[in-house]
Order: sequence, then C-alpha cells, then structure tokens
Amino acid sequence: MSESRAPLPAIDAEQAIAVIIGFIRAQLEQTGFRRLVVGLSGGVDSATVAFLAARAIGPDNLLAVRMPYRSSSPASEVDAMRVVAALGCRTERVEITPMVEPMLALIRGPDEASLQVRRGNVMARQRMIVLYDRSAAFDALVAGTGNKTEALLGYGTLHGDMAAGIVPIGDLYKSQLRAVAEALGVPEGILSKPPSADLWPGQTDEGELGATYDDLDRVLFALVDRRWSEARCAAAGLDPGLVASVAQRVARNEFKRQLPPAAKLSLRTPGIDHLYPRRRPGSRRGS
Amino acid sequence: MEYRVALAQIAPHLGDVDANLELAGGWLRRAENEGAALTVFPELALTGYLLSDLVPEVAIRADDPRLAALSREVPGMLLAIGFVEETDGHRYCNSAALLRDGVLLGVHRKVYLPTYGMFDEGRFTRPGDRIRTIAAGSPVGRIGLSICEDFWHASLPMIQALDGADLLVNLAAGPARAPGGPAGLAAIAGWHKMQDTYALLGTVAIAFCNRVGNEEGLTFWGGSRLLGADGSTIAQGPLYDEALVVGTLEADDLRLQRYGLPLLADERLELVRRELDRIIAERADLPAVTDETVP
Repeated sequence: MSESRAPLPAIDAEQAIAVIIGFIRAQLEQTGFRRLVVGLSGGVDSATVAFLAARAIGPDNLLAVRMPYRSSSPASEVDAMRVVAALGCRTERVEITPMVEPMLALIRGPDEASLQVRRGNVMARQRMIVLYDRSAAFDALVAGTGNKTEALLGYGTLHGDMAAGIVPIGDLYKSQLRAVAEALGVPEGILSKPPSADLWPGQTDEGELGATYDDLDRVLFALVDRRWSEARCAAAGLDPGLVASVAQRVARNEFKRQLPPAAKLSLRTPGIDHLYPRRRPGSRRGS
Repeated sequence: MEYRVALAQIAPHLGDVDANLELAGGWLRRAENEGAALTVFPELALTGYLLSDLVPEVAIRADDPRLAALSREVPGMLLAIGFVEETDGHRYCNSAALLRDGVLLGVHRKVYLPTYGMFDEGRFTRPGDRIRTIAAGSPVGRIGLSICEDFWHASLPMIQALDGADLLVNLAAGPARAPGGPAGLAAIAGWHKMQDTYALLGTVAIAFCNRVGNEEGLTFWGGSRLLGADGSTIAQGPLYDEALVVGTLEADDLRLQRYGLPLLADERLELVRRELDRIIAERADLPAVTDETVP
C-alpha cells in the first residue's frame, strides 16, 4: 500500500474531541434530554463513545449497558468493566442469550447455512431492543457506536447496532479512532486488541472484511473524501482489486445509510419536499 | 477618530426568533458596556442556519417592529444582524439589516447562496441582486454589508470598496469543513487570508462575525475578526466558543492608508468594465464588443 501518495486520513485528536463534545451537548440541548445510554462491548468504539459521553455530560448521566451472549468472550466484559471503573459511570448487565435462543429455535428452516449471519443480526437487534428499553427507563437518548468505516462499508446491522439517536463517532474512520481513544485515556488493552464484533468465537473484523482497517481506510479516504476515480487510486499505488471491491461495497450499501423511500403520491412527502431540521421550537421534549 | 466595534460570536437557537431576539438583547447590553459604536451579529442570528422548510415560518420583514425595538435597546449604537427576510414581493432572502435607534439604515440580501457540498441554501432562499454601501454617519462612515459566501467572490467586497465603503461588515454562519484535521484548519486559514487580502487591496477596515454552536451535526467555527485598513489584525475571537470580540478602529488610519497606497483611486474602472463586457459577450457567444459599441 502506498503510504505517501494515498495516506491515511489525518486527525487532530484534541480538536475532534472538542467538536464531538460540543455536538453531544448541543444534541441533548436541542432534543431536551440530559442523559445518554450506550451499549458497552469492551471494544474500542463503544469505549470511545462512553469516554466522550462522560466528558460531555458527566458519568452520572451515562448508563453503560453490557449485553453479553453465551459465546461472547469473557475478556470483552472484563474490558467493559475497566471502562466503567475508569469513568465511574452507571452500568447494567442484561444477558441476551435467553432472548436470542428461543427466537432462533422457533424458526428453523432450510437456511441453516445462513444461521451464523442470522444469529449475528438477531443478536444486534436484540441489543437494540434492550438499549431502547433502558433508554426509556433511564430517560436518555441512545448513543450509537458506529464509525465511518463501518457506515461506508455497510458493516453493521440495520435496526441493530446501527439504530441510535445520535452517532458521536460516525464521521471518524476506524484508523482515526485509535488516536482519539488514546487522547481520551481509553485503557491500553482495549486499544491494542484486534477489533471484533464478537458475534462468534474467533471472529475479527479484519478477517471478515478481508483487509486491514488501515488499508480499507486508505482506499475509502481516497474514494470518498478525495473523490478519486478507481484508476487514480491505482495510479497512487492502492491495490486495484481492493479498490474495486471497496467501491462496490460502498455502492451496494448505500441503502443502509438512507431512510427507506416512499412512493410519492401527495403534494408534500417527507424526505422529498417536506424537509425540516430534526428539532425545532415545539418539538423539544417538555416544550 | 476612534470607535469600538463588538462582534457577538453567538450560537443562535434554531428556528426560534423570540429566543434569539432575547439572546441578542443580552449581548447588545454587554457590547454597550464595552462602549461599542457598532455591534455585529452573525448571519441568520435571529433564526439559526439549517432551516430547510422552516424558512417561511421564521421570516420577518426588514421593518419588523421587533427588529426596531432590539435596536432601540442600545441608543446611538449601530446594529448589524442577520435574519430571514420576507420582501414586499414575498421573496425569502437571507438578509442583514443595519439599524440605529430603531431606524433601518439599510439591508443587504445575500447574493451568493452556496448550493453545493454541505450547503443547500439555494433550495430554500432566493438571492439578492444589489451590492451597495450604506451611510452610517460619523465616525464609521459608509458600511458595505455582506453575508458569508458573498466574501468568496472577490468582486463583491471590491465593488463595495470602490463604492466608498470605509468598513466591510461580513456576517457569517460558517460550518467547519473538516474540524477534526488539518483540512479544517486550512479552510479557516483560507478565510483569514481572504480577509487580509481584501483589507489590503481595498484599503478598507473589515469586521467579520462568524457564529458558533452546532446544528444537525455541523459545527460552526467562530474565529470572528476585526482588521484595520492596512490589513492588520486588531482583534480575533476564539474558535468554536461563544465570545464578544471587541476592538478599536481609528478612522484616520484609513485616510492615511489611502494616501500611501492609492489603489482604489488608481483603479481603471472603464478598462475593467470594457473587459467584463467582452467576457460576458464571449461567454454568451454574442458578437464581440468593440470600443466603438461601448460609449
């Protein structure tokens, strides 16, 4: 991979942290919430969101929910508890195994081959149900933990881990997150372990995606942020095969980044010509 | 003669005109305590920026009594403030008003509405079609109002300088392009270079007031500035945080600068117009304009 001609996206961690903290506070102010709920896996993304949330609104206003599955790595929960201890935020544990297993047992069919993917999606959506339930009980907004690399590649479950009220790190590439996490003081062990959705033992993101996050981010930064053609990416030394597969993946997953379309029938249609900011006078909670 | 200028680098409430009138009133009183002769608020200070279809709901007329009342709160002070204007012909414009003692001295309607990248202004507001200066009396003289993107077209501030502006006032709602990295700092540096250049080439003082705060994920960067007619920085506000940025301008500096650097007086306006006429004709594939056809 060409490091000089197709670099990783740069980041000024302190500046990014200041912007995200301002964003979190403004979003809460505009929505009328004072608290946040985040699903804490023990990985770097959710740890970073928890650190940012605690800085923005204080640890008392943050509820970190741990939601292990029977096959989840015990080390993940140990790491999640290290984040809780470092922040002094509130935490709850809701194991999802007794919710996921009965559903999968109910629907057995000829698609056993897809069981692993189905199980992963059911787990992600079950966690979403828990988070939204806890957010209602805690009177809080759900902070998503998705990043820009995942969003562009579509590496997430629609209405699962992608469901959230705000997405604080949604415009940070995975390779940028590390610097931000480090500046925030996320524990070293969490920074250095291989990223994993932890949906089944031994799973790693980079194994599933077929490339390292650094290589993926170089390609995404060139294709998306710099608007380079695939030919120009190749000329700059990026692997043409990887560039083609990433470009295809970004295009194929566009639907995951947008609201579903409705057939336009009326004079004004939400999303087409009924366009408003998410919050306005009168829409704030309690107003 | 010296006078003080205050730049109210605020974070307006999106879509809430009454709340923003109250907010502006508080900052005006602070500016009054600082002895400001002129206080500048950002673009769309009365409405917030990402309005979309809220535009007709928050629009007011330039002679709205609430605007006059705000100005009367600070007797003798000049007030420049951004709002959504509904004109006589029900045109919705991104406008800036200049008032004193409740009297509307003039209005500028944003000429260049960015509708690209992260901007969608041309979809919801209509462009202005005047580039003028406004007589503001002693000690400020003539003011050329402009709004944010207007400054990315050098012709606009240069026309105002040639039209007799002593002070260019730009009201902005500039969202940070890439605030997490060097590209963002480069974009802010671009704004500053451009202001330095206009002050230098226009031999004109500049007051730039940019908002802060966050709307729908966009973060506005602030960094308001006051520049002397020699291009020097007189005051500069912080990035991202609310602030009342205050500085002192000396009207005599401009007079001296224009003797030492008579760029405006030397400007070849007839030549510029001839060349512009030619470019306009050629772009439209019309017959070439000759010296004979131009009186």
